[in-house]
Amino acid sequence: MKAGFDISPELFDAAAKEDKNAEKIRRPSIRYWPDVWRRLKMNKLAMTGLLLICILGVMSFVGTKLNGFTYFEQNYSLINSHPDSVHWFGTDELGRDLFTRTWFGVRYSLFIGIMAAFIDFFIGVLYGGIAGISGRRIDSVMMRIAEVIYSIPYLLVVILISVVFSQAGQGSSMFVLIFSLSLTSWVPMAILVRGQVLQLKESEYSLASESLGADKGWILKKHIIPNTLGPILVNVTLEIPRAIFAEATLGFIGLGLQAPKSSLGTLANSGLAGLPVGNSYQLFIPAIFISLIMFAFNVLGDGLRDALDPRLRK
Amino acid sequence: MKKYLVLVLAMLMVLSFALSACVPKAPGETPGEATPALGAEPKILRTNNAFEPGSLDPALAQGTHDSWVLDHTFEGLTKKDVDGKIVMGMAKEYKLADDDVTYTFILRDDIKWSNGDPVTAYDFEFAWKRALDKDLASDYAYQLYYLKGGEAYNTGTGSVDDVGVKAIDEKTLEVVLESPTAYFLELTSFYTYYPVNKKVVEANPDWAKNADTHVSNGPFKMTGWEHNATITLAKNDNYYNSSAVKLDGIEFTILNDENTAWQKYLGGEYDFLTPLPQAVVAQLKNEGNPELVIGGELSVYYYNLYNKMEPFNNAKIRKALALTLDRQTICDKIAQGGQLPAEGVVPFGMLDENGKEYRDGVGKLVEYNVEEGKRLFAEGLAETGFKVEDFSKFSILYNTLEAHKIIAQAAQEMWRTNLGIELQLENVDFQVKLDREKAGDYQISRAGWIGDYIDPMTFIDLWVSDGPFNDAKFNNPEYDRLVKEAKATTDQKVRMENMRKAEKILMEAMPVVPVYFYTQPYAQKPYVTGVFKPLNRYPYFIYADMNK
Amino acid sequence: MKKYLLKRVAMAIVTIWAVITITFILMHSVPGDPFRQESKMPKVVYENLLRKYGLDRPLSEQYIIYLGKIIRGDFGDSMKSRVETVNDMIRRGFPVSAFIGLEALLIAIIFGPALGAIAALNQNKWPDYISMIIAIIGVSVPSFIMGTVFIQFLARNISWLPIGGWGSFAHSILPSLALALMPLAQLARYMRSSMLEVLGQDYIKTAKSKGISNATVVLRHAVRNAILPVVSILGTVATNLIAGSFVIEKIFGIPGLGMFFITSINNRDYPLIMGTTIFYAIILVVMLLIVDIAYMLIDPRIKLTKEGR
Repeated sequence: MKAGFDISPELFDAAAKEDKNAEKIRRPSIRYWPDVWRRLKMNKLAMTGLLLICILGVMSFVGTKLNGFTYFEQNYSLINSHPDSVHWFGTDELGRDLFTRTWFGVRYSLFIGIMAAFIDFFIGVLYGGIAGISGRRIDSVMMRIAEVIYSIPYLLVVILISVVFSQAGQGSSMFVLIFSLSLTSWVPMAILVRGQVLQLKESEYSLASESLGADKGWILKKHIIPNTLGPILVNVTLEIPRAIFAEATLGFIGLGLQAPKSSLGTLANSGLAGLPVGNSYQLFIPAIFISLIMFAFNVLGDGLRDALDPRLRK
Repeated sequence: MKKYLVLVLAMLMVLSFALSACVPKAPGETPGEATPALGAEPKILRTNNAFEPGSLDPALAQGTHDSWVLDHTFEGLTKKDVDGKIVMGMAKEYKLADDDVTYTFILRDDIKWSNGDPVTAYDFEFAWKRALDKDLASDYAYQLYYLKGGEAYNTGTGSVDDVGVKAIDEKTLEVVLESPTAYFLELTSFYTYYPVNKKVVEANPDWAKNADTHVSNGPFKMTGWEHNATITLAKNDNYYNSSAVKLDGIEFTILNDENTAWQKYLGGEYDFLTPLPQAVVAQLKNEGNPELVIGGELSVYYYNLYNKMEPFNNAKIRKALALTLDRQTICDKIAQGGQLPAEGVVPFGMLDENGKEYRDGVGKLVEYNVEEGKRLFAEGLAETGFKVEDFSKFSILYNTLEAHKIIAQAAQEMWRTNLGIELQLENVDFQVKLDREKAGDYQISRAGWIGDYIDPMTFIDLWVSDGPFNDAKFNNPEYDRLVKEAKATTDQKVRMENMRKAEKILMEAMPVVPVYFYTQPYAQKPYVTGVFKPLNRYPYFIYADMNK
Repeated sequence: MKKYLLKRVAMAIVTIWAVITITFILMHSVPGDPFRQESKMPKVVYENLLRKYGLDRPLSEQYIIYLGKIIRGDFGDSMKSRVETVNDMIRRGFPVSAFIGLEALLIAIIFGPALGAIAALNQNKWPDYISMIIAIIGVSVPSFIMGTVFIQFLARNISWLPIGGWGSFAHSILPSLALALMPLAQLARYMRSSMLEVLGQDYIKTAKSKGISNATVVLRHAVRNAILPVVSILGTVATNLIAGSFVIEKIFGIPGLGMFFITSINNRDYPLIMGTTIFYAIILVVMLLIVDIAYMLIDPRIKLTKEGR
């Protein structure tokens, strides 16, 4: 070995920790959420939605106690009576107070919708994200599995689940309902996320990050998920109404929330009968509440989306 | 930009391909097919049949949606007249031998199939034996088990030659029954006993699947069948009594949403409609609308109690449940279709040995009586050791349908207020309910029974210990004996007396809680006349007329 | 490209086989069967029926027989109808459902993204609010209410609109409108969302700063890029529309395929359950394939296959 270059063992020492992270680029996120909130506050429509959700949420607990009736007591001498000063929303075909039943309906519908949307969001993002980031082979297999799940007759699964769980005892009907509502509905979310991820994976900043040595998890967490949040949030706000709808439609088939409990969907479904005989309030009151909930979540979702997107910062 | 173009083109191709493959059929040209009287506007009665028939072959038909069409296109040896009485149809006379089981029917001379062939005794023999063929696997084959050797042949243990039906010649049909059957002439008006054209059926097994190959012997013939959309019938000029048939045709649409059908009726697209939405019946009834007719029905709505399970094995508990259900309120305020509170299990409308209403002979066997119910319930609880709270483990099982849901909620609430028990409700799909009833996996379940024929026996024999529909698992040797005895004789006095006794035993033990006797409300426009409704059939348009 | 397609087709077959197998197992594990009724049907008659339809054989044998039939393109006989085979039912019902579905899809595709684009271009101005309110009404009312209200208030009062039933183009207007509202709103919202995102991108700013007219920027750059996520949901939207909707078909009395999805299961009509499911799966798989290809065509950045480029 010739002299000239003096290679000392010290040169091979491990670098200090702080040096290792030197090339990582991280944007401080401390001021991000307050900023989002500030921008959300400026959006009047979104704030209306948020306020509406809060009011509906509170009323779904307060409203059921306001006029002294219960959701199950029947009064056969006051069947199908139109709204008046005693029964503010009228009564149904069994003489039950619709004001109380409607607020119970709001409570159950909100709960079902939010829970189902949460499950969809969780599974959909996880599944779609993994499929999108994992490369062609795994992606392809995962998407085929999603297709299979999406193709299996939904009602068959719902009936099976309800049969299996009816053995497990009563009171599980709400759980069964939420479970069966989110069984297949996470698939579109997964497909959406995967599509976004595929697109973003090829974007310049992901490539840059990759070339700087970031691993897949890091790219997913720091680049792809934040950037897909917009479409995902829109989807989640749509998922809540969609789940409320799906429950209502199951009610139309007869598999909605177990009577005598009421959801907005089962109320509207029972109210259909009142339409041709001049009791349209039985349909329109729950329908209006469904619409209010939709409206609130939709405008809030849109507002959130705009607020979350840093590129729209003005 | 090129890729854009490719994409747009591809999308367009897919769309246009799909569209061209699926241009729907041209607007229903079918109504015109019925042959109108010259110069006059054809009288086509338009109505709705809620479901597509599973078959329009009498041997394979299995429900009212099939039989409503069949009852207009076929005719049996006997038929029902306007008063609901049994009169001669394809047969002009019959003789019953002294053995009480051998009938000899003589057919009319002027009877022809819609294709012009004569209707013969051979057609009847062929039709009945065919329905009993186990390879045909007819759902209703057991309606022919009254024939000697019928069950054996259908089971595969007997020969077709031993079945008790034989054409002596073209016009003479000899029928031998397994045992005396008081209501056999009633049965021969039922659709499983309708004849089929032997020549046509042998030549083409698919004859009943299309209007062009469908051949029948009744007042109307089928001229069009667009699956799941419309069935059109035209007057059959070969029918022996065609001069009494005023309509030129009948058009059934197939649409199963009651509300939509009602809107169509209101909009003038139907002349006649049944069933009607429950709320609509109530409204029409309250305003005394003359278009509403509440037709009689031979059917009972009840709740099964699972008699093998504690505490429902206790008669006092069962009776308490029956006594505290307010049937009058359910009929008047909730069901609102003119239903009658079930005071037993046998509905109104059937006659006893003296030609009087059967129900008058038995009287009210169950009435609303909260005090008595509470007393029995307390005793029952003491005997079984159950507590009121224990009942919240039990549920009322019903199959998914809005009407059942309302009744179940009312029953739940009545039992809660009267007995203090908080039963659960559980709705499941129909097949699951049947499965759980068969398996005994229920406590209280909704059920209904429509009489197959007009005789109290069709209800009474439901609860013999080995009855196939005895899901309550009622078991009473005395009851079984009474039924068996009644079935072995044609002596009306013995039969009726036995059935009355049996019904009293049943309502003493209360294995089931009767709720109400059904009705069949229907609406007809003011210009429609001559529609009549036999008790256990859908309304008949055979003698209907329209004077617009 | 060719190789990619071949691979996808092979995979589609595996997918459909999996659907067949899972559905077969599921439907036989649900209690009930096609022949039990509220009736006095004796055991013998019941057994005759089981034998006729091969339900007395072991499940594994039924499965193999069924697979054999499927390979020959035979979906078997309906166990509830003695009139039509499952093939007949699909052949008759699908065109009807597809017709209404495509009509609805056209309405949704034409108006949905347009509405969304208008909203995005006028963010937080009145056209935005109006478009979104229209879109929100679309998603606010469940189809079973919408359908009933359409019949009660439109069909009854407009003489040339029939009240349910099937036969002419007029019959298809209300059902396809009722069917289109939901996807229309969905597409509008996706379009708005992704359009807003695109409008914030640098290349749009660059294009604008280069002096390209606003219209060109919107059409050539914004819409083209914004439509990507929209296309991704189009596959499932289209499949659901074309395969038919139980609710709409029931309310309007339309003899389509949608009814069978529910009634076949309620009746436990096994061959019809399998037939409709497989048919649906095939449409879905094909649609998703089309979407993937469309993706590839619109966005050259997506590498579905290396050989393809």
